[in-house]
Amino acid sequence: MDTYREVILIMAATIRVATPLVIAALAGMFSERAGVIDLALEGKMLAAAFASAAVAAVTGSAWMGLGAGVAAAVFLGLVVAFACVTHRGNQVVAAMAVNIMVAGLAPTLALAWFEQGGQTPQLDLPGQRFLGLPWPWAQAARAHPLPGLAYAELVSGHSPIVYLAAIVVPASAWVLYRTRFGLRLRAVGENPLAVDTAGISVNALRYQACLISGVLCGVAGTYISTVASAGFVRDMTAGKGYLALAALIFGKWRPYPTLAACLLFAFADAGAARLQGVALPGVGVVPVQFIIALPYILTVLLLAGFVGESVAPRAVGVPYSKEK
Amino acid sequence: MGIDKRFGAVHANRDVNLSVARGSIHGLIGENGAGKSTLMNIVYGFHRADRGEIRVNGRAVQIGRPRDSIDAGIGMVHQHFMLVENFSVLENVVLGAEGGRLLGKGLAAARAGLEALARDYGLDVPLDAETGHLPVGLQQRVEILKALHHRAEILILDEPTAVLTPPEADQLFRMLSLLRDQGKTVVLVTHKLREIMAVTDRVTVMRQGAVVHETATRDTSPKALAEQMVGRSVSLRVEKGPASPGPVLLEVRNLCVSDRLGVPRVKSASFALRAGEIVGIAGVSGNGQTELLEALTGIRRPTSGEVLLSGRALTPKGLGPRGLRSLGVAHVPEDRLKMGVVSSFSAEDNVILGYHDRGAFARGGFFRRGAIRADCVAKMSAFDVRPTDPSLRITSFSGGNQQKLVLAREMDCGPSVLIVGQPTRGVDIGAIEFIHRRIVELRDQGKAVLVVSVELDEIMGLSDRILVMAGGEVVGELPGAEATEETLGLMMAGVRREGSR
Repeated sequence: MDTYREVILIMAATIRVATPLVIAALAGMFSERAGVIDLALEGKMLAAAFASAAVAAVTGSAWMGLGAGVAAAVFLGLVVAFACVTHRGNQVVAAMAVNIMVAGLAPTLALAWFEQGGQTPQLDLPGQRFLGLPWPWAQAARAHPLPGLAYAELVSGHSPIVYLAAIVVPASAWVLYRTRFGLRLRAVGENPLAVDTAGISVNALRYQACLISGVLCGVAGTYISTVASAGFVRDMTAGKGYLALAALIFGKWRPYPTLAACLLFAFADAGAARLQGVALPGVGVVPVQFIIALPYILTVLLLAGFVGESVAPRAVGVPYSKEK
Repeated sequence: MGIDKRFGAVHANRDVNLSVARGSIHGLIGENGAGKSTLMNIVYGFHRADRGEIRVNGRAVQIGRPRDSIDAGIGMVHQHFMLVENFSVLENVVLGAEGGRLLGKGLAAARAGLEALARDYGLDVPLDAETGHLPVGLQQRVEILKALHHRAEILILDEPTAVLTPPEADQLFRMLSLLRDQGKTVVLVTHKLREIMAVTDRVTVMRQGAVVHETATRDTSPKALAEQMVGRSVSLRVEKGPASPGPVLLEVRNLCVSDRLGVPRVKSASFALRAGEIVGIAGVSGNGQTELLEALTGIRRPTSGEVLLSGRALTPKGLGPRGLRSLGVAHVPEDRLKMGVVSSFSAEDNVILGYHDRGAFARGGFFRRGAIRADCVAKMSAFDVRPTDPSLRITSFSGGNQQKLVLAREMDCGPSVLIVGQPTRGVDIGAIEFIHRRIVELRDQGKAVLVVSVELDEIMGLSDRILVMAGGEVVGELPGAEATEETLGLMMAGVRREGSR
C-alpha cells in the first residue's frame, strides 16, 4: 500500500512539474514550426512570472496577474518577432538578448517597486493565486485508496492552469493538423518560399506564431510564480524554458510526443525530489547532487541517441528574404 | 507593357513589352542573365517593377504580391520548385487555396477536383505520397496541379526541362499542348532552342534586359534565334577533327561511392579514359555524376573499387585533391561558385587557388604578387576574359568569364587529365563556343578529357565516346558520332543498350 501511495504521489508531482513545461514546449512548437527559433521561452516565462506575481500582489487578483503575465510575454514575443521577422535579425542573438535582459530587469524592478531584495511580496491572500480546485467527493474518496486516492491526487485538486495544459495539447494538435492556419504554419517553417508564392504572407504567419507563443509562455510563467510558488524570486524559471525546448526536440516538434517528453522530464524531476535521502537497495543513499542532475543527464542521454534522428523544421532560424 | 526593373546598378529589364495571345504557347528565350526570370517574377508579383504596367485580358492589374497575380489567374511553375517536401502532394496543392478555415472539407473537395484534372490532362500524381520522395518529374506535375487548382488561366513555366530527361520533357510538352487546346495560355521560359522550336506558337527573344525580337515560331530557325540571343552569328556545332586515342591514362574499376548520408550513389562503375580523347558522361542531374566526379578528383573517398592513373592504383588510400593535382589531374568543378572559386576573392587570387604554393607564385612562404598578377593577365588574354583586370572581384565577372578563368587555371598548369563538370553551366553562348574550342584543343595536344554534363547537345558535340549514367550505374556506352538524342534519352531513363557493356 505504501508503494502504491508513493507512486501516486510521484505521479501527482509529475503533473504539477510538467504543466509549465508542456505549455512552454507547445509555445515553442508554434514558433519553431513557423521557422522562428524560440530560445526566448526562458525570458518570456520569467517576465510573465514576474509580471503576474507583481500584479497579483498589488491588485489581489490572480486573474489580473495572469493578464499581466500574458501581456508581458506577448510583448517580448513581439519584440523578438520585430527583430527577427521584420528586420531579419539573428534569431538566437535576439532571443538571448531578451533572456539576459529579463533576468536582470525583473529582480531590479522588483527591488525598486517592493523593496524586498528583488522578490515580489508573498502571495498569501485568497484570490491572489490559482489554487487547486477540489473535485466532488475527492476527500471522501481518500477513504477507499485503490481508485479513490488516484482520483483525489491525480484528477482532482489541481490549479485551473493544469487543466488548461491538459486541454492545450489536443487543441494544439487540432490546430496544427486540422486547420488551414496549421497547414500554413507547418509550410512556412519548412519552405517559406512555397508559402510566399502561394500568395500567403510569410511575415504575418510568423507574427501570429510568435503571438501564440507569447500567450502560452505568459500562462506558463504565471503558473511558475503564482501556482507552483507564492511569489516571484530571481531566476525562478531555472532553465525550464531550455528544458521545454529540449522536450520539443525530443518530441520532434509534434504535440503528443512533446507532451510525453515533458512528462518524462517532469517524472525525473519529481522522482528525484522523492528520492532525496532515500536509501536504495544495493546502492545506499544516492547523493543529492546526482539526483538533482538526473533530469539533465536524462536529457543528454536521450538527445544523444535514444530518440533517433529529430529533424527540425527546415527553415527554422533562417530569416526570410526573397533575394537568394 | 513597358516593364522596367533595376536591381541596384543592374538594369535587369529595360522597357520590356511582351504580349501573349490567349490559348497559345509563347516562348520566352534568352541567355542567362537576359532578364527572362526577372520579367516573369514581376508578372508573378514576386518582385515589383519600377515602371510599367501589366494587363490581363486587356485590363490593367496592379500586381504587387503573388496573391494579386494568383487572383488575376496567373500561375507559375518556378525553376526551383516551391514545394514543402515533407507535405503530401494534396497538402502542397491546396496550400494557399484550402477552401475554408478547417482542412477536412477543403481537402476532400480538392481531392475530387484533382482526380478530375488527372483524368482530363493525364496529370496523374499519387496524392498522398510525401512530395520530397517523388521523382522531380512528378514534383513538377505537382507544381502544375497547384497552379491549376489555384484557377490559373495563364501558366508560366520557368526553365521547366532543366531537371527532366528528354522523354519526360516530351511528356511535359504534350501536357502543355493539351492545356493550350483547352484554352489555357502557357508562357515557356527557356534558353534551349530545341524546346522553343518543338512546342511554342510564338517566341520572344530577350537580350541584356530588352526584347530584341518577336516572331511566329514557324517563321524562324534555331540558328536565327541563337543569333538574336547573342547578337552576332554563332556556330552551334563544335568544330573538331577525329580523335586519335593513345594509351589509357585513367581507369576506373568497379567504383562504388556513397554520399554523405551513406546512400550508394555510384554503383560499380567501370570505364577507361585514353590520352587524346574526350569522354562525355551524360545523365539527368542527380544520377551519381556528382559523386563520381568527387571520387575521381579526391574530394570523396569511394566505398570500394579502384581508380588507376597511368596504371598506378590510387585507391584505396586516395590522394586527396592536392595529391591528384600534383600528378596532373586537373578539375573544373560542376558548381563554380560553390567549389570552383572563392566568391569574395579577386580574379588573381582565384586563379592561383590550389596552385598557390608553386614556385612561380610563392617563395619562402610569401606570395610573389608581381608574378601572380602578370600570370593572371597572361591567362586573361589567352582565354579572352573581359575585363582584363586581375584585381576585380571574381563575382564582378559574368558567368562565362568566371568559367574561363577557372578553365585557364586548370588547363594552364599542364595537366595530363582534365576532369570537367558542367563546362558551360550558366555560361552565355559566345563563351560556350570558346570553352568548347579550348577543350578540343587540349584533346588534340594528347591530353585526356572527361566531361560530365546534363546538356545533351554539349555531350554530343564534344565527346568522342559517350557514357550514360542512370541510377548510379554506367548503363551504356556509345561512340560520339553514333549518339542521337533519342538513344541517349532512352539510356538516361535507364534502358540498357544490348551488348553495350
